Amino acid sequence: MDLIKQPWPWYIVGPLIGLTMVALLLNGKRFGVSRNLKTICTIAGAGSLSDYFKGDWKKQAWNLVFILGSMIGGYIAFNYMSDDPYVMVSEKTEAWLSSVGIESAGTAYQPDEIFSWHGFASNGGWVLLIIGGLLVGFGTRYAQGCTSGHAISGLSNFQLPSLIAVIGFFAGGLIITWLVLPWMFTWLFSA
Amino acid sequence: MKFISYLLIGIVFGIVLTKGEVISWFRIIEMFRFESFHMYGVIGSAVLVGACFVFLAKNFQWKGPDNEPLRPMLYDKGWIRYLAGGTIFGLGWAMTGACPGPLFINASAGFTVFYVAIAAALLGTLIYGMVKKYLPE
Repeated sequence: MDLIKQPWPWYIVGPLIGLTMVALLLNGKRFGVSRNLKTICTIAGAGSLSDYFKGDWKKQAWNLVFILGSMIGGYIAFNYMSDDPYVMVSEKTEAWLSSVGIESAGTAYQPDEIFSWHGFASNGGWVLLIIGGLLVGFGTRYAQGCTSGHAISGLSNFQLPSLIAVIGFFAGGLIITWLVLPWMFTWLFSA
Repeated sequence: MKFISYLLIGIVFGIVLTKGEVISWFRIIEMFRFESFHMYGVIGSAVLVGACFVFLAKNFQWKGPDNEPLRPMLYDKGWIRYLAGGTIFGLGWAMTGACPGPLFINASAGFTVFYVAIAAALLGTLIYGMVKKYLPE
């Protein structure tokens, strides 16, 4: 029971993510979470705005069921399979975050300062979540895949386009982490 | 009811991502700062398991339920959309600390501000669909 309640190590988590792709393939389906964003737009009637959203979304209904399942899984894991969950981030990361004003590193699962409703409203959390969300939705559809489609499925299948996409994921992530966040947090929290 | 199997696979996936802390912004920032092996181990071992399966399926010509080859999607050639789209997604990944799956998982785990991020991601997809014809592929 103790092992279940502790954070799980990478060598358990990674192979199980790989097996998720395998389990879906054995059911005749392809692992690709960002496709759901398009499907939801289609269901909401976006076909009247762009032909991109036209077509039969019912073939993707299984994927919506999959993401609904993962939401249930997240709820169970966070609320019933963890005592007081917090992320033991590396000391170096914790020290850096603390130096730019994110003091919750090492004591929380997500940064309270920005990803609570208080942080969302007063500490610029809304900038990260709204602009970041927009970029995730736009970028994954432009690249035709996210971490599941490109990094896991595409690299497993030796797809050059996926390697190019993953290089892009890192280019974008490094720009934000090294250039934007230090400036933004210092401005937000040191005043 | 095949939907039950997708629901169950999804539940396991959600538990694994949450227990593995893959949905935490802290782990994503740590990865982009190259200060821990955790996320590289997760992604690397996931790809290793996936690649072994794809190799075996190809070698032994395993077939899926509709008699199709068991292979992930083959992407069209090209690089602009993959590099540009990938970079745009990467910016959002570091800002929210979440790729599309974790956006949904965070929201239901209890970080309800992520419902706003999901709405923003849907808007981003909508904008993509509307400007798609003007973008280089």
